[in-house]
Amino acid sequence: MRRSQVQARINGADIDFLCEPRQSLLEVLRDELGLTGTKEGCANGNCGACSVMLNGRIVNSCCVLGVEAEGAEVTTIEGVAHGDQLHPLQQAFLEEAALQCGICTPGFIIGAKALLDREPNADEQRIRHWLAGNLCRCTGYDKIIRAVLRAEEHMQEATKA
Amino acid sequence: MEAFAYVAPKSLAEAYTVLANGKSSQLLAGGTDVIVQLREGRRHCDQVIDLKHIPELMGMRWLPDGTLEIGAAKPLAEIYEDAEVARRLPGLIDAASLIGGIQVQSRASLGGNLCNASPAADSPPALMVLGARLVIGSSSGTRELPVEQFFAGPGRNVLAPGELLLAVKVPPPGPHAASFYLRFIPRNEMDIAVASAGAFLRLDATGGRIEAARVALGAVGPTPLMSAGAAAALVGQAPTREVFEKAGAAAAETATPITDMRGSAAQRRHLVSVLTIRALEGALQRAREAR
Repeated sequence: MRRSQVQARINGADIDFLCEPRQSLLEVLRDELGLTGTKEGCANGNCGACSVMLNGRIVNSCCVLGVEAEGAEVTTIEGVAHGDQLHPLQQAFLEEAALQCGICTPGFIIGAKALLDREPNADEQRIRHWLAGNLCRCTGYDKIIRAVLRAEEHMQEATKA
Repeated sequence: MEAFAYVAPKSLAEAYTVLANGKSSQLLAGGTDVIVQLREGRRHCDQVIDLKHIPELMGMRWLPDGTLEIGAAKPLAEIYEDAEVARRLPGLIDAASLIGGIQVQSRASLGGNLCNASPAADSPPALMVLGARLVIGSSSGTRELPVEQFFAGPGRNVLAPGELLLAVKVPPPGPHAASFYLRFIPRNEMDIAVASAGAFLRLDATGGRIEAARVALGAVGPTPLMSAGAAAALVGQAPTREVFEKAGAAAAETATPITDMRGSAAQRRHLVSVLTIRALEGALQRAREAR
């Protein structure tokens, strides 16, 4: 099958890439663009490990075709930190030891960021409900929730300051 | 995944032309079902037609009579985040906010959920009790049909070759009326219904008598089912627990459940009765609050 040319804005940079229509956005990110921070978990839309932002909404990139990204804005885990400065969520995940094997972590951080960007005062129940589409087989979730709450606190303080 | 071509028509006319080009097609809205099915080899096609660049399929508007017309490919999150939709049609939000996690809701559409025709899908019972109608288009015009006539069996709908599902039309419930939808799943979120029920009630002005009622069931038959028996047990009666229990028993009679990995036929039949009663209680509370 002929490869299609696609133009998208990925992590703030205008990117041209070629892909086959059957390639998922996840495959394009990892295999064509070398952005391997986004992980493949289930490849069927259940686990959220491949979560990315697409035009301001969080999606499973395994359930998006790469060609659908034409003209779109995509943010992956690689676009979350500012240079060497970790995002408060990344810092909090480290401090709370909110990861073990790490496969689900980029999806959780993208997911939590999507929530806190919209709802900076989300409570624990809201966070747990929002993150229901992200599965973790290691942590039992409590450390992840604690990390998100801690990051939320830091982000609120930073806003006040 | 097998190779296919990708086409993104910008108008309905263009879409109908592509549909008629002799190639086998799969239609793409949110992709949360069809992309997985293509990857797993459960569906095959020469071309995937992405419908999201057709304005008619992505819009949402209130018609003069208070009907909400929702483009078939509009993402669920855009529907349930609309405060006016949430206020006027909470029974639709029950289902739209329940399908998958937030990642799925960013993409998945009512049209996709309907066309995928899973017997366990959440939106059909919710739409059936609301009296929703579907607008189906082809190069020769459009037709409308009640949503409950859209399903032909597990994974099958009544769209003919060359036809597209364009929109879902949800009429206003009217005064003293409301609907409610719920399902049973073994987890708290992110699962497929073991059984589900939607209910619609319209009360008289005193609130003491049921003027109209509809009950629809999911995951307990080859298609979503309307329970005429449950409706008959309700109309003309007072909205009491006793009457709701009779309707629940009638709904369980309508169900034709199977035993599979999600639950046994006996459990499902029991669930239908319980869920119907709860859906009726939810609809009753909303109808009493509705003005």
